[in-house]
Amino acid sequence: MRVNLTVNGTEEAVDDVWEGESLLYMLRERMGLPGSKNACEQGECGSCTVYLDGVPVCACLVAAGQAEGREVRTVEGLAEGPPGEERLDPVQEAFVETGAVQCGFCTPGLIVQTHDLIGRNPAPSDAEIREALAGNLCRCTGYEKILDAVRLAAERKAVAR
Amino acid sequence: MDFLRPLTWEDALAAKAGRPGALPVQGGTDVMVEINFDVHRPEALLDLTRVGALTEWDTTDGRLRVGAGVPYARLITELGDRLPGLAQASRTVGSPQIRNRGTVGGNLGAASPAGDGHPPLLAGDAVIEVESAARGVRMIPAAEFFVGVKKNALAPDELIRAFWTAPASGPQYFSKIGTRNAMVIAVCSFALALHPEERRVGTGLGSAAPTPRRALDAEAFISGELDWDDRGPLAESAAHRFGELVRDAASPIDDVRGTGDYRRHALAVMARRTLTWAWNDHRAATAGREAS
Repeated sequence: MRVNLTVNGTEEAVDDVWEGESLLYMLRERMGLPGSKNACEQGECGSCTVYLDGVPVCACLVAAGQAEGREVRTVEGLAEGPPGEERLDPVQEAFVETGAVQCGFCTPGLIVQTHDLIGRNPAPSDAEIREALAGNLCRCTGYEKILDAVRLAAERKAVAR
Repeated sequence: MDFLRPLTWEDALAAKAGRPGALPVQGGTDVMVEINFDVHRPEALLDLTRVGALTEWDTTDGRLRVGAGVPYARLITELGDRLPGLAQASRTVGSPQIRNRGTVGGNLGAASPAGDGHPPLLAGDAVIEVESAARGVRMIPAAEFFVGVKKNALAPDELIRAFWTAPASGPQYFSKIGTRNAMVIAVCSFALALHPEERRVGTGLGSAAPTPRRALDAEAFISGELDWDDRGPLAESAAHRFGELVRDAASPIDDVRGTGDYRRHALAVMARRTLTWAWNDHRAATAGREAS
């Protein structure tokens, strides 16, 4: 089947989508957007977190056909600026600066989920950060650097306002 | 596989009537797992996320009618004050991403004995509204909705439209055992609701029997034991007996998440605790009113 949707601000039509396919598979394998990671395929790990109509969801649990007419924003769509001159989002910069990335597999999901948290709650408490990231698993960092990154991103965002 | 995308409730019912083998999908948090792992290959998916009416809730004659497609995240923010037990259970579902997508309608469709939404619906006397194009609406009390392990009372041509329940008239609690706070399928769970106007206590057990179920003997015992007139203290012995009766209502299995013995023990503890919390809240509410 064909699926029409908007991804990172661009209207797209994707053909030959299998009816049982996930949004994650469509993004990665048919649209050349491998930023969202495929790990557990059951919503446990959060590596595939994307915005669907502005709400963070696990792309592995959204049927591709359910994205028809919807807006998807992936980690590839967070940086802003003209092509070639994109600037990383402050959340992405904070992850780089604090060393919150080791193997990097969980990072895209954590960045999208953090982006949503800070957008809704500019000054999250540690408990709120932990709750917001409870569905994103990282097996490298022990999470401390990730918490540092979220705090730094929130501070930067607060200053920028 | 076909992908059916009705835009209205009427079209959804017609689609289900024409294709009884079509599997309804809302948030996909159960359905897509099974498809991703090739556990289940339905002949068609019936996507209900475009049926706007399913994502609405309303109050009719003092009772809430909550559309089957309202996600847990919205139950918490929009209905947490009126359905505190269900909101507590909703907070324990998966993770924020899962709560943004998962729905009570989907929970009811999957009818897992471990579904977190089920015990509060049982304790709160919820009624499930289902409908078919051929026979119209059927109202099924939650206690009659679950008929076996992952089996519900739906006919093949029926869809879940909503659940009905009264806004809480007294304290409600939900308690759940799991290995961590997030992303946990309940080892077992328990919901309790005080219905002071009816001088009654409602209960719901999860992950403790082939289906979610009420602890009827425990409800009858404690409803007769509580001092509804003067809101006197809860006797420790009565709370203890209540826990025993809840435990006896369970028929749990040993599985990877826990043993039957552990589940029975945990249920008795959760029942005693939630009853104590709820009754103390009820008493404090009286004290607050008298002081003001």
